[in-house]
Amino acid sequence: MNRQTSSGTGQQQDKVGRMRWRSGLALALLASVGAAQDQASDAQQAAMRQRMLAATCSHCHGTDGRAVEGEAFARLAGRPADELLAQLMAFRSGQRPATVMHQIAKGYTPEQLQSLAQFFAAQK
Amino acid sequence: MQRRHLIQGLIGSGVGGMLGASLSGCASTGTAAGGTRGHVVVVGGGYGGSTAAKYIRLLSEQRIAVTLIEADAEFVSCPLSNLVLGGQRQIGDLTRPYSTLASKHGVRVLQQRVASVDAAGKSVSLANGERIAYDKLVLSPGVEMIWDSVQGLQAAQAEGRILQAWKAGPETVALRRQLEAMPDGGTYAITIPEVPYRCPPGPYERACVVAAYFKRQKPRSKVLILDANPDVTSKPGLFKKAWSELYPGMVEYRPQHKAMAVDARSNTVKFEVQEDVRADVLNVLPSMRAGALAVQAGLANANGRWCHVNFMNFESTAVPGIHVLGDSIQVAAGMPKSGHMANSHAKVAAAAIVAELLGLQVNPQPVLTNTCYSYVADAQAIHVASVHEFVAEQKTFRAVAGAGGVSDARSEQEATYAQAWARNIWNDMLT
Repeated sequence: MNRQTSSGTGQQQDKVGRMRWRSGLALALLASVGAAQDQASDAQQAAMRQRMLAATCSHCHGTDGRAVEGEAFARLAGRPADELLAQLMAFRSGQRPATVMHQIAKGYTPEQLQSLAQFFAAQK
Repeated sequence: MQRRHLIQGLIGSGVGGMLGASLSGCASTGTAAGGTRGHVVVVGGGYGGSTAAKYIRLLSEQRIAVTLIEADAEFVSCPLSNLVLGGQRQIGDLTRPYSTLASKHGVRVLQQRVASVDAAGKSVSLANGERIAYDKLVLSPGVEMIWDSVQGLQAAQAEGRILQAWKAGPETVALRRQLEAMPDGGTYAITIPEVPYRCPPGPYERACVVAAYFKRQKPRSKVLILDANPDVTSKPGLFKKAWSELYPGMVEYRPQHKAMAVDARSNTVKFEVQEDVRADVLNVLPSMRAGALAVQAGLANANGRWCHVNFMNFESTAVPGIHVLGDSIQVAAGMPKSGHMANSHAKVAAAAIVAELLGLQVNPQPVLTNTCYSYVADAQAIHVASVHEFVAEQKTFRAVAGAGGVSDARSEQEATYAQAWARNIWNDMLT
């Protein structure tokens, strides 16, 4: 009896233990799903905001920096980030003369210009 | 790598489904055009509407279905259309198809007129009787002329005698014909309404390119600018310099001339205060307001003329779920009614709509830009530019201090930029 009971209890404890473990896993999974979801959303949000900041340039420089070939405006897609940032900062400070770009570059913070340079550099 | 796969897997199956569950009502309307996260209907295929349609598809990675409803078969650009009047361009040069929005981006393009909006039922009714349901509606209906503001004008327009050509297309070509038919020594007169109106520099650019045409072909002719405003409303120094230096004795500018009535028989305009003016070709621009559909849908809550919007997402403050773009809105300080600005509005609205439908946060710091080029001669142009930041405390945009400005001087270089701007922005909207 005792043995059986104890063994029965043991089985029950095992069962409870497994259930606890399972619910623990489920909770952990849910938490990680939540975290993954947040991370995915954050990443998606950040990517979308960077792309939309870059879209403030696309009227003249093309969607995602792919300007129409053969026209006067520079294609920005795929150019090295440090080169782009140097030019943007030179427009912003007035060091590089321009008709319009010095006026537009002054509308962005250095952090925004860096983000733009990185975005365009990452485009094919 | 593994974590990324896990996340993608979760989003692809259960979690995505959970996220999407609250939007399940949209799926039925969305699936028609290939979207699974809702259906956005865009009305008006101009600078605002076309851009919104394309960017909602791009940003949602085709997960949101978009239907673009536009009455015209093809897009015709208002910017550059003054050059048709000057004879430097044909209307075909400014015309682009809507077909790439469909073939490349999966936008369902309907050549139709919208008869009415049912905001409570979230649907629009087309002129052919069809009803289309939406989760979000974007209206970019441009402007409508307030015909009553100039007595006799609507009848004179209907007869084809006194035109506006303030929406590019057949009327642009008709006004060009009037200019071609005008004898040397004649007078072309344009009247300008009080601000705000579509395209602030447009009338002054038009005066320039018509004068350039006269200078080439009809050198004894005159261009009269009759402005309801106290001064030139855009790039005043540069335009006045162009008139005096390039067209001396040909272009005359008269401020404070508010047109009140026209007589099509004698081709005469009557003003509130000033003497009547007779001209051989009369181009009378009346006051303007938001496009008819926006007014009809009850969105014109700014003095019955323009539509107030929440500037973070361009949603109407009158009717939730409807976003208004472009010339129809009550603008923020320093924000012109321009094609470039409509394209900028559209991107902010598109990103906000996508964020809302995908369960993401709406960007709290949107940025707008504007650049308007104006031709002052056959191959010389000038510009005005600005950058606008969102000010959360005031819930509006303001021009960034120290940024923006106008050309130092007119130049041939800027004429090539004006052309490049047009080619690029058309692609940004339509391809």
